Amino acid sequence: MENLIALLVAAPLLGAAVLLCGGRRLDAVGHWIGTVLAAASFVIGALLFADMLGKDAEAREIGQHLFSWIPVGDFQADIAFQLDQLSMTFVLLITGVGTLIHVYSIGYMEHDERRRRFFGYLNLFLAAMLLLVLADNYLLLYVGWEGVGLASYLLIGFWQHKPSAATAAKKAFLVNRVGDMGLSIAIMLMFTTFGTFAFGPVLGRVGETGEGTLTAIALMLLLAACGKSAQVPLQSWLGDAMEGPTPVSALIHAATMVTAGVYLIVRSADIFNAAPNAQLVVTVVGAVTLLFGAIVGCAKDDIKKALAGSTMSQIGYMVLAAGLGPIGYVFAIMHLVTHGFFKAGLFLGAGSVMHGMNDEVDMRKYGGLRKYMPVTFVTFGLGYLAIIGFPGLSGFFSKDKIIEAAFAKGGAEGWIVGGAALLGAALTAYYMTRVMLMTFFGEERWRHRATASPDQPDVEPAAEHQGAHAEPHPHESPKSMTIPMIVLAFGSVFAGAFFGIGDRFVHWLEPVTGHEHGHPPVSALTVTLSTVVVLLLGAGLAYLHYGRRPVPVVAPRGSLLTRAARRDLLQDDFNHVVLVRGGEHLTRSLVYVDHTLVDGVVNGTAASVGGLSGRLRRLQNGYARSYAVSMFGGAAVLIAATLLMRAV
Amino acid sequence: MSASAVHSLWTMAADPIEKIDAPKIEYGQLAPTLIVIGAAILGILIEALVPRRSRYHAQVFLSVVALAAAFAAVVALAAGGHATTKAGIVAMGAIAVDGPALFLQGTILLAGLLGVFTFAERRLDPVAHGNRVDSFAAQAASVPGSEGEKAAVRAGFTTTEVFPLLLFAVGGMLIFPAANDLLTLFIALEVFSLPLYLLCALARRKRLVSQEAAVKYFLLGAFASAFTLFGIALLYGYAGSVSYATIAQVVDGTVQNVTPALAETMGNDALLLVGTAMLVMGLLFKVGAVPFHMWTPDVYQGAPTPVTGFMAAATKVAAFGALLRVLYVVLPGLRWDWRPVMWAVAIVTMLGGAIVAITQTDIKRLLAYSSIAHAGFILAGVIAASPDGISSVLFYLAAYSFVTIGAFAVVTLVRDAGGEATHLSKWAGLGRRSPLVAAVFAVFLLAFAGIPLTSGFAGKFAVFKAAAEGGAGAIVVIGVISSAIAAFFYIRVIVLMFFSEPRPEGPTVAVPSPLTMTAIAVGVAVTVVLGVAPQYFLDLASQAGVFVR
Repeated sequence: MENLIALLVAAPLLGAAVLLCGGRRLDAVGHWIGTVLAAASFVIGALLFADMLGKDAEAREIGQHLFSWIPVGDFQADIAFQLDQLSMTFVLLITGVGTLIHVYSIGYMEHDERRRRFFGYLNLFLAAMLLLVLADNYLLLYVGWEGVGLASYLLIGFWQHKPSAATAAKKAFLVNRVGDMGLSIAIMLMFTTFGTFAFGPVLGRVGETGEGTLTAIALMLLLAACGKSAQVPLQSWLGDAMEGPTPVSALIHAATMVTAGVYLIVRSADIFNAAPNAQLVVTVVGAVTLLFGAIVGCAKDDIKKALAGSTMSQIGYMVLAAGLGPIGYVFAIMHLVTHGFFKAGLFLGAGSVMHGMNDEVDMRKYGGLRKYMPVTFVTFGLGYLAIIGFPGLSGFFSKDKIIEAAFAKGGAEGWIVGGAALLGAALTAYYMTRVMLMTFFGEERWRHRATASPDQPDVEPAAEHQGAHAEPHPHESPKSMTIPMIVLAFGSVFAGAFFGIGDRFVHWLEPVTGHEHGHPPVSALTVTLSTVVVLLLGAGLAYLHYGRRPVPVVAPRGSLLTRAARRDLLQDDFNHVVLVRGGEHLTRSLVYVDHTLVDGVVNGTAASVGGLSGRLRRLQNGYARSYAVSMFGGAAVLIAATLLMRAV
Repeated sequence: MSASAVHSLWTMAADPIEKIDAPKIEYGQLAPTLIVIGAAILGILIEALVPRRSRYHAQVFLSVVALAAAFAAVVALAAGGHATTKAGIVAMGAIAVDGPALFLQGTILLAGLLGVFTFAERRLDPVAHGNRVDSFAAQAASVPGSEGEKAAVRAGFTTTEVFPLLLFAVGGMLIFPAANDLLTLFIALEVFSLPLYLLCALARRKRLVSQEAAVKYFLLGAFASAFTLFGIALLYGYAGSVSYATIAQVVDGTVQNVTPALAETMGNDALLLVGTAMLVMGLLFKVGAVPFHMWTPDVYQGAPTPVTGFMAAATKVAAFGALLRVLYVVLPGLRWDWRPVMWAVAIVTMLGGAIVAITQTDIKRLLAYSSIAHAGFILAGVIAASPDGISSVLFYLAAYSFVTIGAFAVVTLVRDAGGEATHLSKWAGLGRRSPLVAAVFAVFLLAFAGIPLTSGFAGKFAVFKAAAEGGAGAIVVIGVISSAIAAFFYIRVIVLMFFSEPRPEGPTVAVPSPLTMTAIAVGVAVTVVLGVAPQYFLDLASQAGVFVR
């Protein structure tokens, strides 16, 4: 069975190679090749999963050593895989959701002439992501980490003819570099500390090292996670990344890649467990991000950007849970999986809506779509219920556990973090209800498009394949798109109950991450009840704002907070003022120092050498007598010096 | 020398009168020198006996054959083990045949051979009155600008005596680094210096500058020779002998039989130290070390360029060879006295040469100061006082001599109406007009600057490594700083050639005969080969790096 692990990665990698090198010959069948290879990877994953289930819980970890990659003295880098329950969870999520999104893309990208390339990139992403979660050492993980970054960059900028897409791709790449720097520093620290970067030895020998080093490593890993998972302060790229095609947003920027940071933290659990200060930072980052994303999500009129804010917020939950230590790891991953289902479903639903609405993304120009897109409405609705944590659906089980665990952290810290998580739940209910109401209920605002003000900065003059300014004719999407949505809706509804009832997921993952039962200061029932109460409050408030009142087509000016939230809580302004302008000032001052001080010294030296040269040159006056005097003087000095040497 | 000492010498020489051994001369081991000097004498006979039209060809043929034969003899001696196991002192103790001597003789002979090629070049100067002419005066004895000179030019005279003069100079240079007693050393010095003084005066164009250079060189050379001779006398007074080995023994205090007549002066350290300083000063004059360098720019500029190239390369090899032998064979026991002084000389030489070169505007003067800086770099290897020091200096000398001859050969090609266009401003944009010539010159400049993949880098690395291992870290630091300063003016010429607009009235590049082309091509080839794959030659130098005592 072990030998199948490499095939998991190899299948989509082969697809990427074939599709990207194959040229136009493959245009007609390219999407099928990509989809079949993604499905093949899923089938292999399922086989391995079945095999794993047949073993004892403690003996489920298997590995495969392919070859020695960089053997240089003490530096041993291997291409080797490790498949345990944690990796297996990711493998199934990545290949499963990935395959569905491949199928969806067949329909969604039907009219795009670069569809083959798109599938090539998707396969490349799958290969890199699988490499990331299957690697048995941090260096190989880093390869996958960079690979998904590359695929993400290529896919965000897939419509590179749009300057906004090209800029967004660049932004995502640059912000991610900051995080990647953290990962590379962490790996170097590991190598200098432990002499290796394989998971087993590093994590097994954590106890031999001081807390300071471990905190440093952990914080660097957190920096990496912040970049990849769009956590504050490296969150700014995710909203812009919505410039990519919607299947990309669903797969990469909702379900899988952005959760890589959570994987990294949970995978490095032993390091974080030994560095409580770093854990606290992780918790804070998660709590801040979950509120940040939720607030942004409340104000966005672009349906994908609202969902992006939601993604940020939900990953905030996961990071928060991961920061709680052994009481949270399992729930972080559990929420990650259920989120993978419902958020992918929501994005696919959004894509379906856009598909039927001439690629319009402004929710203020939607409304009353439930009649025209029943399948989309139902699947989106189930995803909606799942994400807000409606009792019985997926999000309820996973989010509730995280809130419980947050309170169980204990002390003032527990109350603050738990309160933030609870507030986040209310905000989630608010913004998701808002999306739901603006899109599928209310009057059909798209009919008045002609009268709409042209003053819409957020809206792309889209329409790849339909008339740009014609009034849209909302319609249901083709089967290739609806079927994946239906499948994901099933996941959104039942996954949570399946995992949560009887602590099935806890038992599954416990051998890898360890688990402790938290003891919240209030009973679990109280937490659950208050979750439901805040959920109803949030949803009710949204109904008052957007269900009872008509939604204006042109966004009202809004309060200060709303305006700030529309601008992503001024993240870009902050980055511009602090980083860009700060960087410019730093550069300018360095240039100044370089000019005056460094160049001054250099030029001054050069000038003084030149001046010396000119003066010495004058000694060379052409008179043999002067030369003779010089020789005589030289000889005298030579003799004197020789004698002096003896005297000394 | 006191009267009693002289008397004693006489009586000693007179005592065993009944039995005088005929001097034992190892002709085989002396073959390289004997061939060259013999050919030089033949060359004089050619001047006397062969008709004028045939002299040029006869002289070139004779010189090339003689130098090639001498080189073959050197190779044969080295192959026969005379550089290592069979190394010895021949000619009644006057001459050493050992690794350094053979290595340096081989280098000098090759430099001489390339020198003959550049001397024999007759295609660069425009044809005068139907006669091809070379770089040398039509008739050296005629006054510049006089009717006699014009008549000589009209008649198509050329000074073919330059070839035997070169052979004599080479002959002296072959003996100089091999000399094993101080008198032989001095005679060799004069044997190679006098022809060089003459050669410097023989330029066809700018004859007054050339003659001025020759006079200065001669005057200052004679001045330096006086110091050398005085130093030798003092050392004799100290040791009672001019033989290297005996002086070394006296310095070490291991001498066997003290000459009674010299007992009162022997071992007088003042004599030793002052004599050493004066002897070393004479050698430093020849290598062009600061402050005995001032003849170098004037002479390099005034002398005919082929002579400059030959002299810059071969003189430096010979003089450094002699300096090495004096310091390592005669005065190793005095190391703690001469090393600090030589440190200072090396430092001022490196810095002085590099700094003054920055403001030079004439390419030949620039190369002259560059040669001063290089003398400093080589001194850094000399100071190492270790086997590595010897071998690194040997390697550096070999590398440097080929670069130098090649560079000066290129200088002969760039000409305008007044002959060679040596002012730097005229070289602007040369890379656009004659990319090949400019590129070749750039290779030589990069080698001078010590850029990797050229022989200059390998050589500099070797001497600095030896110096650093010999405990002269400060020298290495200053050497590297000087290299940086020096790189400025080498690169500046490259920038000038390739990145400046050519001047409309700029010089043209003459197409040389295969002779100069060979010299330049060999220079480039050696520069690149020694730069890319120096190890074989470094090994060769380190095998050759043991002096016989």
